[in-house]
Amino acid sequence: MKKRGVGIAAALYPTGMSGGGDSSQAIVKVKTDGTVDLIIGSCDIGQGAKTVLAQMAAEELGIGYDQVTVVNQDTDATPMCFGTFASRVTFVAGNAVVQAAREARSILFEVAAEDLEASPDDLVAADGKIFVRGAPDRAKTIAEVAGKANFAMRKLVVGRGHYMRNPSSPDPQTGQTDPFATLAWAAVLAEVEVDTDTGEVEILKLVTCYDVGRAINPLLAEGQIEGGTVMGIGATLMENLYPFYPTQAWQPESYHDYVIPTAADVPEIVSAIYECPSTNGPYGAKGIGEMTANVPAPAIINAIHDAIGVWITEVPVTPEKILKALEAKG
Amino acid sequence: MALNVVGQRVKRYDGLAHVAGETKFVDDVIVPGMLWTKVFRSPVSKGTIKNIDTSAAEKVAGVAAVITGKDVPNNRYGWGGDQYVLNDTAVRYKGEPIAAVAAVDEDTAAEAVSLIKVDIEEETPVFDPLEAMKPDAPLVRPEGNVFMYGDRPFRAIVLGDVEAGFKEADLIVEGDYLHPWLEHAQLEPQTSLAVPDASGRLTVYTVSQALYLHLQSLCSVLQMPMNKVHYIGGTVGGGFGSKNDMHADHIAAVLALKTGRPVKWRWTREEEMLYSTAKGSWHMHFKDGVKKDGRIIARHVRSIHDSGAYVSLNAYVVDKHSFLVAGPYFIPNVYVQGYAVFTNKPPASSMRGFGITPATFAGEVQMDRIAEAVGIDPWEIRFINAFREGEHTATRRVLDSVALIEVMQTLAKTAGVQLPDRLMAMSSTQRR
Repeated sequence: MKKRGVGIAAALYPTGMSGGGDSSQAIVKVKTDGTVDLIIGSCDIGQGAKTVLAQMAAEELGIGYDQVTVVNQDTDATPMCFGTFASRVTFVAGNAVVQAAREARSILFEVAAEDLEASPDDLVAADGKIFVRGAPDRAKTIAEVAGKANFAMRKLVVGRGHYMRNPSSPDPQTGQTDPFATLAWAAVLAEVEVDTDTGEVEILKLVTCYDVGRAINPLLAEGQIEGGTVMGIGATLMENLYPFYPTQAWQPESYHDYVIPTAADVPEIVSAIYECPSTNGPYGAKGIGEMTANVPAPAIINAIHDAIGVWITEVPVTPEKILKALEAKG
Repeated sequence: MALNVVGQRVKRYDGLAHVAGETKFVDDVIVPGMLWTKVFRSPVSKGTIKNIDTSAAEKVAGVAAVITGKDVPNNRYGWGGDQYVLNDTAVRYKGEPIAAVAAVDEDTAAEAVSLIKVDIEEETPVFDPLEAMKPDAPLVRPEGNVFMYGDRPFRAIVLGDVEAGFKEADLIVEGDYLHPWLEHAQLEPQTSLAVPDASGRLTVYTVSQALYLHLQSLCSVLQMPMNKVHYIGGTVGGGFGSKNDMHADHIAAVLALKTGRPVKWRWTREEEMLYSTAKGSWHMHFKDGVKKDGRIIARHVRSIHDSGAYVSLNAYVVDKHSFLVAGPYFIPNVYVQGYAVFTNKPPASSMRGFGITPATFAGEVQMDRIAEAVGIDPWEIRFINAFREGEHTATRRVLDSVALIEVMQTLAKTAGVQLPDRLMAMSSTQRR
């Protein structure tokens, strides 16, 4: 018999390395035509770090995203970054990029101030121009200003950025500590159908809501959510590195015996993004890269309980576990 | 201030290059004269190395070098230097690297590896972390099978008085949970290409997802300053935490320096599945004291993490778990014991979600069991206990930008679930 159920789960996830002390640096270099090199030590592991960091640099300098070149491939050129993990790059490296871009912009403002007959503090950069706040006609293009910086003013237009949260080590007795930069919040709803004859679980639909603080790029945020959700489905229903745990017997050696989800296993996924800005992240951003893989499992297991009245307390949820639990329930 | 570029759905910076097949990953880089690597891995899970004989391997035509631990300038790396680049004393897991060959092609390197003779006195391993914690268990590591946090064998998080909370509670809900070992299953296996040059510098093409941490680590292994090692990477073919530990760069680098030639080492999928780091398993016990109105007033969690054979990032993984395993809820009395336990498996380490993945799994199934026990709807139990602005976690971190209630309201709306008005009227900024 096929029985349907609905379950939910809620979650939090910390942004940045637990315990702090993880630095990222950024260098923003403006070429003489006003295009920009963003030089960072952060790796892109497919999540889109280059994209969102370039967006931030473009935003601060008032130029288009396509005016920014990301240089991150070479430790001879790039500055320190702790790495791409702990849901930290958008937040930590992002803060460094914003600081670097603002320093470069302030140099451009100093150069432009004389021509625009205004104080650098009264200048704004947007749409490829530097102009007087409230008087967009009193403007110079960023290309003109960047050229003048070098050819007339003998200035190098480079901005530096550095971000690091203070290290916080836990009190040895109580564990008291300030371990994270900010928290992101999430909730997921799962609809499942359980076949009580075969023990198979079909996920009919997953609805998710993630608080990303601020979506620097909603397309990539949705990509993180959908990718993580599918990874979470694998962890919930399929994956186990040691099937005869705690022994190593029958350890899978390939994707033939360590089965992960394919497109055929992906149910309908509806993703809502909620924005509760962090107080300390770039534009309020929070990190959600990792947490999206965490929340499906309990939502699916709670939906299974709703469907057939058994608690599954070990993942992955195999047909064998379902049938045994049904048998025990009687 | 209005934003122009931030918040826009711009295309992925390198998306077109990826889909057009133009992106160069490490294995796409071919250098003339390049040698290939295969590694002799421990055939046993635990044992003392008595002798390593590489003489027959060295004689194979096409072999440029065979290295063991004595060829590595500083053979220790990882957390506190507890891991060996090439183990030459006592192995702790099946598959631990002992010797490495650089040869003209992979088949020749594999043939040479098959001729390496290692005399290992096999010892009794322990695979079950619950067994490993017992006083008479075989020692995985000389320092003991349980990681010491100061003078304690676990990370302790203590808030309020959990026993007093249990006494005050109307009912107690307990649950045991097991989260298994998981593989990262990233597309690109561990791969490294090390290219020495005449000036004494070494260029290393790496899959690292933490270039600068690995620069520091590799310089320590090679005993070279940072300006002599030139890392090229930054675009990774999938990581998920599998490339925070150094898997291939150190051995390729030592072989390159020894031979004076470019050396590539690419792991097979089988090596990746069997021997690379993974997400270690978790045994978790929850005991919750709950009031009839649904408030959780006390939570004790005892978590045991199977860390495999080496510390790697596992002490950190357990910390991250312990700090937040009480979940997204305000609970006034919390006691957490997080254990990192060593067994004779390949080392666990970082993987997407770290120690929070098992915490979310166990904690959220536990929430539904609490809801059932007190007869309150699963939505409402979460609204009742959800963190509010200005409250603090079990580690006494005061919270801002709290939005769990709003996120759950948005989820309900998106999913077409009609929640009672009293839940839809709630807010994270309302005081409890």
